[in-house]
Amino acid sequence: MSHILWIKNGRVIDPANQRDAVGDIFAVDGKIVDSISKAQEADATLVDATGLVVAPGLVDIHVHFRDPGQTHKEDIRSGSEAAAAGGFTSVVCMPNTSPVCDNAGTIQRIMDQVEREAVVHVYPTGCLTVGMKGEQLAPTGQLKKAGVIAMTDDGACVQSNEIMRRAVEYAKMFDLPIMDHCQDASLTEGAVMNEGEWSLRLGLQGWPKAAEDIIVARNVILAELTGAHIHMQHISSATSVDILRRAIDRGATVSGEASPHHIEFTDADLRDYDTVFKMNPPLRTDADRESLIEGLIDGTLACIATDHAPHSPTEKDREFDAAPFGIIGLENSLASSLTTLYHDKRLSLSEVVALLTHKGAEICKLDAGTLSTGAPADICLFNPDEEWTVDANKFFSKSRNCPWHGRTLKGVVKSTYVDGRQVFDGQSITA
Amino acid sequence: MSQSLSWNRKDLIDVEPLSRDEVETIFTAATAFKKAMEADNMKQPYLNGRTVVNLFLEPSTRTRLAFEVAASRLSADTITVTGGASSLTKGETLRDTARNMEALKADIIIMRHSASGAPNYLSKVVDIPVINAGDGAHSHPTQALLDAFTLLEKFGSLDGKRITILGDILFSRVARSNIICLQKLGAKVTIAGPSTLVPKAFEAMGVTVSHKLQPALEGADAVMLLRIQHERQTATHFPSIGEYTSSFGLNKERASWLKPGAIIMHPGPINRGVEIDSELADSDQSVILQQVTNGIVVRMAILHLCSCAYHKQAIELPV
Repeated sequence: MSHILWIKNGRVIDPANQRDAVGDIFAVDGKIVDSISKAQEADATLVDATGLVVAPGLVDIHVHFRDPGQTHKEDIRSGSEAAAAGGFTSVVCMPNTSPVCDNAGTIQRIMDQVEREAVVHVYPTGCLTVGMKGEQLAPTGQLKKAGVIAMTDDGACVQSNEIMRRAVEYAKMFDLPIMDHCQDASLTEGAVMNEGEWSLRLGLQGWPKAAEDIIVARNVILAELTGAHIHMQHISSATSVDILRRAIDRGATVSGEASPHHIEFTDADLRDYDTVFKMNPPLRTDADRESLIEGLIDGTLACIATDHAPHSPTEKDREFDAAPFGIIGLENSLASSLTTLYHDKRLSLSEVVALLTHKGAEICKLDAGTLSTGAPADICLFNPDEEWTVDANKFFSKSRNCPWHGRTLKGVVKSTYVDGRQVFDGQSITA
Repeated sequence: MSQSLSWNRKDLIDVEPLSRDEVETIFTAATAFKKAMEADNMKQPYLNGRTVVNLFLEPSTRTRLAFEVAASRLSADTITVTGGASSLTKGETLRDTARNMEALKADIIIMRHSASGAPNYLSKVVDIPVINAGDGAHSHPTQALLDAFTLLEKFGSLDGKRITILGDILFSRVARSNIICLQKLGAKVTIAGPSTLVPKAFEAMGVTVSHKLQPALEGADAVMLLRIQHERQTATHFPSIGEYTSSFGLNKERASWLKPGAIIMHPGPINRGVEIDSELADSDQSVILQQVTNGIVVRMAILHLCSCAYHKQAIELPV
């Protein structure tokens, strides 16, 4: 018998199809359909979405699930549960696992585990270079066959221009986008926060935004040279936004993302040496923050991605220099994005949903992020106006390193559906 | 004999949060200890029965010795733990090390640490007083306070006084704490040295930034030299020690640009012939050894005040 889902009377926001109106959504056997028959109506699981937004399941093209190798921080089960609780139905995992994803065997292992354990769609990426060492190309063709949807050395930006040029040229042959964490390592040795007034005051080693700008500019030049698509991860600098904007105007095959923390916090938030604000790239100034928001508004930055980077409480409970970089964001990304962009009246609700759905999906060519007929019935129901106070201790993630902990945000996920079946009911994982 | 001093802080992490009144309270107590010391009344009873732990996780001679002397002059029992001898080398976290010291009934922890913000962290982990003996490039409050105390002995007041700090400012906790402390007391501060070690961004802290020595020194009431550590963090910041000395080393000719009667200071250890000409270091203008002596009484004052605040005791001082 068919599985039929009928979500009734919600405000359907499907930006890819310019839809924003109260209506119904139907799914049969995991796919969106235009309508259902009277007979099917009788068999349907009926969900009353009155007063709620019905959006495509959210898409995050930048998460770390630490599996295999560091499953005390997160694993595919817990990470996917955190995603579901945050309204995300498709996530793209970075390859800096242990071992790293530079071979088809590791990807196969991840795919098997995703099949068994994940409650949302989890897509792996492959390393650009062997061991993420930036020296020798990883077996891109084999990685693609094993299932990767993009290539990246996230966290270990390829420093050699020659290697990067060949890597992107080679990945283009397989129609895989390249995602790059833009950081010139020679400018950031020992750096733990943005270089500026606050790094001087706090006596912490500064990470100049020039280190990002230089690599963003390099990547633009290499994209223009090779025609490969290079996606710049978690842009943090105003100058980088400007470089990208001009490159996109010229028609360069580049794109960028912003993370929820970079559009909300600044380096002044580090004043108490709280390691929950330590991430890479670092929080920057208010002017940078504003430029990122402008980049999201004018489309220079295509999407929002969390860079969900779990670390155990013990690992973060250290002297600032000794704590690892990274914070988690999957379970509050919708709310913090709505709070910063929609409730602060910078973007419409539909525009924020677009940044969290089809825009990211398009970069990674995922079959996700829309409610188009025939699309997977991945759906997120949320109340955009309801307030809640973030309590990281209640997260489904194994980690607690969340800078929003204790803050009040607007936007509550009420239900998440993957392939037409509920995986999160607003309280619990139901898959 | 008790004077009506008020002090409510159990920790001294940074100069920044101290009011001018609080700085002056420290100096009142330090002055009393100094007078007693000069009257050969060396030992004070105020920390009798208390245990002071010197947790020195980064090498230090002067500061560690000064704290040890200060604590023993206050009749405390002192224990010094250095980096290599601590369990931190066995993988113990700073939290666990510190909480063990608390469980061993230490009364005060004095910490030197290479990571900026480590004492801020420590003060949240333990309840007992935490005194910062220098953290990374962040803060060295007792050094700044003893420097200001030394300047006040010479000048009476720092209002409107021009003080130039010369050398590696970027990596210096001494510079940062002095910038804050001296401005709090009314002085005008100029920082000088190579552009790579004295970034313009320091102007946000209210100082004048100069990369030319003569205008930085002319008319200054005091110059505070900082040690140049070319072998460590500054390897890419300037070409060589020789070049530093030729551009920024203090010699007799350059010292003559200072205001007549100006004093020369240095937190030590000095590199003779690098940032300071050897003869100048030993000249009458130099107060380098007075700084060291004042380091004892200023630290006695801080230990005493923080202990009184923690135990909610009235502050007594030697007659």
